[in-house]
Amino acid sequence: MRRFVIGQAKNLIDQTRRPRPHHNNIRLLSPLASDPIPVSSSRFFSDMTGSDSSSSLPVTIDSINPNVLKCEYAVRGEIVNIAQKLQDDLKINKDAYPFDEIIYCNIGNPQSLSQQPITFFREVLALCSHTALLDRDETHALFSADSIARAWKILDQIPGKATGAYSHSQGIKGLRDAIAAGIEARDGFPADPNDIFMTDGASPGVHMMMQLLISSEKDGILCPIPQYPLYSASIALHGGSLVPYYLDEASGWGLEISELKKQLEDAKSKGITVRALAVINPGNPTGQVLSEENQRDIVDFCKKEGLVLLADEVYQENVYVPDKKFHSFKKVARSMGYGEKDISLVSFQSISKGYYGECGKRGGYMEVTGFTSDVREQIYKVASVNLCSNISGQILASLVMSPPKPGDESYESYIAEKEGILSSMARRAKTLEEALNKLEGITCNRAEGAMYLFPCINLPQKAIAAAEAAKTAPDTFYCKRLLNATGIVLVPGSGFRQVPGTWHFRCTILPQEDKIPAIVNRLTEFHKSFMDEFRD
Amino acid sequence: MALEYDLLNENVKKCQYAVRGELYLRASELQKEGKKIIFTNVGNPHALGQKPLTFPRQVVALCQAPFLLDDPNVGMIFPADAIARAKHYLSLTSGGLGAYSDSRGLPGVRKEVAEFIQRRDGYPSDPELIFLTDGASKGVMQILNCVIRGEGDGILVPVPQYPLYSATISLLGGSLVPYYLDESENWGLDVNNLRQSVAQARSQGISVRAMVIINPGNPTGQCLSEANLKEILRFCYNEKLVLLGDEVYQQNIYQDERPFISSKKVLMDMGSPFSKEVQLVSFHTVSKGYWGECGQRGGYFEMTNIPPRVVEEIYKVASIALSPNVSAQIFMGLMVSPPKPGDISYDQFARESKGILESLRRRAKIMTDGFNSCKNVVCNFTEGAMYSFPQIRLPPGALQAAKQAGKVPDVFYCLKLLEATGISTVPGSGFGQKEGVFHLRTTILPAEEEMPEIMDSFKKFNDEFMTQYDNGFGYSRM
Repeated sequence: MRRFVIGQAKNLIDQTRRPRPHHNNIRLLSPLASDPIPVSSSRFFSDMTGSDSSSSLPVTIDSINPNVLKCEYAVRGEIVNIAQKLQDDLKINKDAYPFDEIIYCNIGNPQSLSQQPITFFREVLALCSHTALLDRDETHALFSADSIARAWKILDQIPGKATGAYSHSQGIKGLRDAIAAGIEARDGFPADPNDIFMTDGASPGVHMMMQLLISSEKDGILCPIPQYPLYSASIALHGGSLVPYYLDEASGWGLEISELKKQLEDAKSKGITVRALAVINPGNPTGQVLSEENQRDIVDFCKKEGLVLLADEVYQENVYVPDKKFHSFKKVARSMGYGEKDISLVSFQSISKGYYGECGKRGGYMEVTGFTSDVREQIYKVASVNLCSNISGQILASLVMSPPKPGDESYESYIAEKEGILSSMARRAKTLEEALNKLEGITCNRAEGAMYLFPCINLPQKAIAAAEAAKTAPDTFYCKRLLNATGIVLVPGSGFRQVPGTWHFRCTILPQEDKIPAIVNRLTEFHKSFMDEFRD
Repeated sequence: MALEYDLLNENVKKCQYAVRGELYLRASELQKEGKKIIFTNVGNPHALGQKPLTFPRQVVALCQAPFLLDDPNVGMIFPADAIARAKHYLSLTSGGLGAYSDSRGLPGVRKEVAEFIQRRDGYPSDPELIFLTDGASKGVMQILNCVIRGEGDGILVPVPQYPLYSATISLLGGSLVPYYLDESENWGLDVNNLRQSVAQARSQGISVRAMVIINPGNPTGQCLSEANLKEILRFCYNEKLVLLGDEVYQQNIYQDERPFISSKKVLMDMGSPFSKEVQLVSFHTVSKGYWGECGQRGGYFEMTNIPPRVVEEIYKVASIALSPNVSAQIFMGLMVSPPKPGDISYDQFARESKGILESLRRRAKIMTDGFNSCKNVVCNFTEGAMYSFPQIRLPPGALQAAKQAGKVPDVFYCLKLLEATGISTVPGSGFGQKEGVFHLRTTILPAEEEMPEIMDSFKKFNDEFMTQYDNGFGYSRM
């Protein structure tokens, strides 16, 4: 037995010296594990492999789901990790840095940069959080009358007024009714509350659809490039294939049907079945707002090719230019005369963006239309495994889709807050766009909507060479240098993908207005010195 | 039509989640038609009249509307300690409830969780290894997603089990390796059963990666003894399994012989090499216990002996979802550091908590006794958690009728029960059970005053059902 054991150990050592896929490792170990070898001997094997001692553990970097290893999410990736370390160090080593604070321009998180929540919404939420308030006289002095009325209305729609209970897996019916009414008021076409699935933010809804649509890497999802990396990450996690379609920077990030067709054919020739088309409108990171004509072409394309249209419309309230307007894909499809039987459409909305910016509450929904009932049952089933989304987020989603109306007590202050935030965003978008366009080698399309600027940076060869030497993507190299010099956190364009050979970065428009001049100055100064260093 | 049923991901089609499946859907239909339904299908205390604890709701209301804190009259309707605590939690955020937090959860709250774990177990806990999640379920899904590479990976799951596990394993394309709990031993766990299950799985070429324990159990309610936990940990060490300890019911203990002891504590007590090498992920929630805040969606998991690079990957995946909801994080903070003796709100908090727990203990007994007094029904005592899982011995006439109706026998029974009494349960088949043995799961959550009537109603139905099908008169009317 002893010679057998040593022989096996020798095999293992030889095996570990050659690179091999991990599953061989498992197959090799399993028969040994079930052999009647005393525990101490199996420990002996793992020690003998000479590799990382944790390789005897069941869960190591080599044995986890490869899809997890594959997926990336740059919005909270490498640069942000560095920034966090800098921020911690800044507390104790103030003088070591040429800046005194880190400014996070990497993520659409308005309230972390001092944007205030909408008062009416939070009044309603507070009352629903602690319903005993509604029984007290003092409450009338502290809360607006219409927020009290709305809280009562919402509580009456919740069985037992129990905001701490799991709700229906699609979300509380009364709230879905309000959302459906809001969709109808927005579009002029009816919406069915049974088509609404409320989720903890829009992101889980996207994951659900990817799970449904993707069975293997042979299933492809058409995604815009550049794209918000939730899509690439979700596709990777679910083991599917991302089929890119390039937005045209020269024409304001326009979407060409010819490009969609080309990519679809290309995918087909590679044996990929394209199942859906994801469109982000207004775009992220690109900010473009699609024209209605463009949208009609997209709807027709999906209908013709039998694709599910995944319409990410979370920035529907963020439009900053007078010549563009948001139109939901649902409205466009219905106004083309297309109904339930003509087009499969999933529309995503969130409470995280717009003028409400309630990221931390995690609220959103998807409106699912044009699916047969057996498919809808499956969507319901997947939703039910998680029981329901958080109630507070559900309440907010209903408020966002049915806010105060003219005549309501809170209407004036609500409108003032809303317009204040949106007009400020429009100003900041313009200011930053203009500042970026002044920088050498940088061109920046205007942000028609959403919350970001995505300038193109023409990096000199010297910089690209330096990046290569540092084993970093050139735009990441630029962003790291920028972070270290200014404390400003951006996301390199590689995180969103871009036309190969082009470089970008994404910057949010969210820092408060009074900080914008300082940000512009620091960016300008840094860029000048960067170009001085690397100019060809 | 772009998305046809046939083209759907097979894993989605395969997965089942009976807790909100057929019985629940039928109950909802009947409710719409005006029938009074008693929903005992899911552990959802507030839906059955349990009131939320006052203190946390006060704190969170203040966090929702921070402008209240600026009002000079706020002290008239909120106690000073709630006001102080709201300020404390708001200071831990980077912009209030409306800002994404760290993807792992607010560092300040994770620190409070770590301190709680340390007080509970007597061993240090690292906040960096604690991730807050939108409910414990999301945490379970994240960890299983990390572990399962394909159908070659097996996860040991107790039978009966809470079907989150079977559903998630299905969705992720893994293999469920069942180990049977022993009903005759009060749902005890026999390590020999474990060994058998693992051997069988391996002989089928499955690589067994992890073991799930639910302690206290769901639906079975049993509380594992320290000795049992030691055996399990030793088994995981020998077989190189990561242990997933679902401990969401740790506050729900209804007997004194086996108080809750965490898997982490037992592991640390065992010392080297176990304490340094057995991989463990422990789950907890604000949904159960005496808090019952299901609708908040708040939970956490704590990782032990997971390599740093794996922790990074789990963090990476968490970051795609940006952050868990911040309100629930505050609930979690409050749950792990509740009012202390001397605090203004302590007396009320203690009274409310005690009231709920003592009532749950009484209801556990009422239900168990009630079921045991019924013909052909045998019910183990609910030692913990929130459920009763009686075994129903169905007569051959019933089995036949079920077959004719195209229903699994316990589904048939539960549907009849629903239609006759309005009691909406979950058939045992939804949790897994031995072949030919039938159960149903009900919660112990209906209000104490309503319990006697509910048990009478059940008994009456059961008597009639047994009479009907025992005599072979039964035929299906489905």
